[in-house]
Amino acid sequence: MGGVSQLWLQAIEGTLILFFAGGAIALVLGVIVGAMRVSPVPIARAVGTVYVNWIRNTPLTLVMFFFAFCIPILLAQRFNALLPATIALGIYTATYVAETFRSGVNTVPVGQAEAARALGLTFGQVMSQVVMPQAFRSVVPPMMSVLIALLKNTTVAAGFSVLNLGSVTAYLSEHREATAGGNIFIAMFTGENQLMTLILIAAIFVVLVLLLAWLQRVLERKWRVER
Amino acid sequence: MRKTRIMASLSLVAAAAIALTACNSGTPGTTGDGGNGGDGGGSTPWTVATDVDLTGSPTFDRIQKAGKVVIGVKEDQPGLGYLDTTTGIRSGFDIDIARWMAASLGYDEEKIDFKPIASANREQSIVNGDIDFYVGTYSITDKRKELISFAGPYFITGQGLLVAKDNDKITGKDSLTKDDVVCSATGSTSIQQIKSLTPAQTKEYDTYSTCVQALLQGQVDAVTTDEAILLGYAAQDPDNLKTVGDVFTEERYGIGLTKGDTALQTFFNNTLTDGNDVWQKIFDNNLGKSGVTAEQPKVDPVG
Repeated sequence: MGGVSQLWLQAIEGTLILFFAGGAIALVLGVIVGAMRVSPVPIARAVGTVYVNWIRNTPLTLVMFFFAFCIPILLAQRFNALLPATIALGIYTATYVAETFRSGVNTVPVGQAEAARALGLTFGQVMSQVVMPQAFRSVVPPMMSVLIALLKNTTVAAGFSVLNLGSVTAYLSEHREATAGGNIFIAMFTGENQLMTLILIAAIFVVLVLLLAWLQRVLERKWRVER
Repeated sequence: MRKTRIMASLSLVAAAAIALTACNSGTPGTTGDGGNGGDGGGSTPWTVATDVDLTGSPTFDRIQKAGKVVIGVKEDQPGLGYLDTTTGIRSGFDIDIARWMAASLGYDEEKIDFKPIASANREQSIVNGDIDFYVGTYSITDKRKELISFAGPYFITGQGLLVAKDNDKITGKDSLTKDDVVCSATGSTSIQQIKSLTPAQTKEYDTYSTCVQALLQGQVDAVTTDEAILLGYAAQDPDNLKTVGDVFTEERYGIGLTKGDTALQTFFNNTLTDGNDVWQKIFDNNLGKSGVTAEQPKVDPVG
């Protein structure tokens, strides 16, 4: 049974790496793109719009396919499967982060930005000192929903050679207790119960999502906007 | 301003289109030479039996009542069990074995109803009676024998390695190093064994054809699974692919049928044993192009 618990640990590790690394890319890139979409520079707005509409309208599986199979050919290089999958997740989720963030910016009364500009603040200062701090506060719940969706989307990477909670069923349904006998490998097919595996995976996801929900509650309380 | 926006969009789309064309992943095409196994024409190595005497087989009674034989198969394995969706032609070693068995029961191509059944559902389909028997890389195992019976084995294979034709470095399981990348289906027994037996890195995709594609594009060094399946790919593209080394497991492919139908089991075993060169011709037609030769295994009357 040691092999099986080892597999579970590796799978959870894979899911968490995808979630945190993909989430970091998504948050950084998403905020930049969101800012581009509300910036006064036309070309920045155009690039932001194209990026969001293009990637968000492409199924995640296709985005991941592109990064897993096309990028290595274009760059004529081999990658560890985790890298393209993480980048694909990050780039895909960034579009949702950008839109969520933009909706937060829109909740900040226009007068605030105008007042800041009247004081002589640059666009960067207006955004970082006045608009963004307020925007972040108002988007905590939808942003958490985006992150929860990202957490569940990590299972798509199972189809692209990344061991995570999405790959566990495939492993356990073909699980064999192996003993080496001479040159021939004797394997006893044990095939774990698929339903139990799926229930366990669901339980792990519920626990992880509850943690995120708890984080959301804490942030909401801490950042409550006094209006 | 509007113009710049449109221009920006167009240039991005154009760049993307150029990037995407560099990545045309081909589909496993049969290019016509896979489908010569026997299309019900006169060139098949077996003959359709008449006046079949087979009493005591509930499966055969059911077949006679329905007037057709329902055979479970695979349709995504070139050279073994493959359906060309554009022409509707089924081809492959297992398909021809299935046709041969049907012919021995007195049913020709028109009276065969092929049914694709996924690996995970095979036992249940046989138990339910959805199919009369199953021919499709079906390994005889003790666990499965608790639910169903097997005729055969009609082919003995084992885990093998498929590499690029010009690869001289990989000669078998023991030549794999930590720099080599080996590909197989996600979570399959084959990939689990590569992980425990060799230091090689692994890549795992949903299907073997994705792995073969990655091999042809140089993204992986070898593909591993049952050698019979690999021979199918090698036979399809003998200029670029080859199998190497000895097999390092043993898999015995059998014909899955209803548990306890000893009459049909014995009948199929006799057909296989008394077939003379039929088996050899079926092998040559389907897998011979891989450059590998094989001999028909003896049937195991108990299994």
